[in-house]
Amino acid sequence: MPSTQAYLMLAATLFTVGLIGVVVRRNMITVLMCIELMLNAVNLNLVAFSSRLSSLEGQIFSVFIITIAAGEAAVGLAIIIQLYRIRATVNIDEVRELHG
Amino acid sequence: MSWNDVVVLLPEIILTIGASLLLLGPFFTGRPKRSTSMSLHPVEEPAAAANTGASAKWWTLALLAITAISVVVCSSLAEGMTLSASFSQMFALDAFSIFFKLLFVAAMAMVVLLSDDFLRESRYSTWEYYSLLGFALCGMMFMASGVHLIAIWVGLELMSLSSYILAGYYKNEEKSTEAAMKYFILGAVSSAILLYGLSLIYGVCASLNLLDIAKVMSTLTTNNALMFGIMLLGAGLCFKVGAVPFHVWTPDVYVGAPTPITAFLSTGSKAAAFAVFARVFYVALPSFHLDWSNVLAVVAALSMIVGNLAAITQTNIKRMLAYSSIGHAGYILLGIIAMSSTGLRGILIYTVVYVFANLGIWATVLMMRRHEYAGELIDDFDGLHKRAPFWAFAMVMFLLSLGGIPPTAGFIGKYYLFAAAIQAGYGWLAIIAVLMSAVSIFYYFRVVVAMYLRDGQDAEVANSTSLQLVGGIALAVTLIFGILPAPLISQVEQSSQWVATRAAELHGGR
Repeated sequence: MPSTQAYLMLAATLFTVGLIGVVVRRNMITVLMCIELMLNAVNLNLVAFSSRLSSLEGQIFSVFIITIAAGEAAVGLAIIIQLYRIRATVNIDEVRELHG
Repeated sequence: MSWNDVVVLLPEIILTIGASLLLLGPFFTGRPKRSTSMSLHPVEEPAAAANTGASAKWWTLALLAITAISVVVCSSLAEGMTLSASFSQMFALDAFSIFFKLLFVAAMAMVVLLSDDFLRESRYSTWEYYSLLGFALCGMMFMASGVHLIAIWVGLELMSLSSYILAGYYKNEEKSTEAAMKYFILGAVSSAILLYGLSLIYGVCASLNLLDIAKVMSTLTTNNALMFGIMLLGAGLCFKVGAVPFHVWTPDVYVGAPTPITAFLSTGSKAAAFAVFARVFYVALPSFHLDWSNVLAVVAALSMIVGNLAAITQTNIKRMLAYSSIGHAGYILLGIIAMSSTGLRGILIYTVVYVFANLGIWATVLMMRRHEYAGELIDDFDGLHKRAPFWAFAMVMFLLSLGGIPPTAGFIGKYYLFAAAIQAGYGWLAIIAVLMSAVSIFYYFRVVVAMYLRDGQDAEVANSTSLQLVGGIALAVTLIFGILPAPLISQVEQSSQWVATRAAELHGGR
């Protein structure tokens, strides 16, 4: 079985990939996926710590995160669909009614 | 789970059930089946919509009143209980949380009153709107009460998800939808960053309970993973309060969102974020005060400077208030950096003062609004003293309060915060704060100049009863606490006691 450290490295990598994706990618669906990637990196972190510390709290937390991430994705997709209806684009750069 | 737990949680239970029932409102008021939320085109019967809108408002206000009463009743019932009685130390109904809960309910009731006319004109469905406000309030109450990171985070997300939807509530307007999109993406990223921080803190401290974390931390010396975790946690919270490196969403979202929602975001939502900020940093992290206070001091200084300087050039009042709220976040951060009982009192007082002064300003801004006319520019205030002398005067008082000029309550709040900063050895920060307050008075007075010295259109202001009620309450609070601050100060001393002693134990009794 891999060490806790290996899991933490994987989680850190996933988190970084997600963060870079949010900053670099212009498609809102991709950005949403990158956010999910970041949240799942956190889940991995929590579960790895939880098994190492033999405490259940981390696993419970990750279940909460999974649940709320689903709600977040629902809200995010609803907003993206509405924006697509108005602007016919899901590209962040083309949505700049509000300057700033 | 025992009956004690139910008592402690009763206000939230009532609020959740009530907010869910609000969703069923259209079925009970005999609306036509066609739901506005499902169709792309808003209903074409303004009279019917106005009727249900009014009853939705009354039901929501009744729900808020019941919630406030239950907070007071439950707190007296729970008085004898120890903290451990509530959901194995996840949830506390202490004086600190009761103070914030009552503030949230009051702010939310005022937001409901502000929304009334706005919704009636907009023809969007009202029940879902009020229900979402109810859920947001529930999240805020969880944030104020949580002493466990899971409870705090779930409350934070409940509030945030509701406010993403509310920011985009005018779904056929591009500005509103764009604001919701920006708010959502940045909010979700900041939430993920905050969570990563929490996971690292959990890994080091082996617990998510604030008290246990504090105990473990007092035995640790420096630890890189922990420092990184605290930094990420601070970054996530700074996003929620809109402090500087994480402030970019504030102006766009404030301008794009429907004005009553902007009022909610800049008052209730911000106050809740500061409740969490104070609770987490005072209860869990006092042992590492030296490590995080300097970073936070830079954040506070930048917030004050960038927020206030950027506000000078704005012509849209919503945008100006957005930048000024960034500056105010900087002031309140002084109380967290100071890590003393004075600082904590300053946070509580300033939150109350800021919430009421801001709600008063938003009420006045909404009075400028009529059909097909946003009334959001500073120029729209031209000559207000002739059109509505009382509200021009009220607006001056609110602006003075935000600027911190003595006859108003803002002075007391700033006095406590700046004094705390100086006591804690952050004199330079207090100097920046005072200088930036002076700058803020400069741009607040642009509005005053417009109201009193310029001749404007002679359009009537849209003076509805609910807007007048909000403005009147806000003015009363701003002036009464400015002239007679003693009741507020003694209340705040009681409310902050538990958190302050907890911090002092671990921090060396400052």
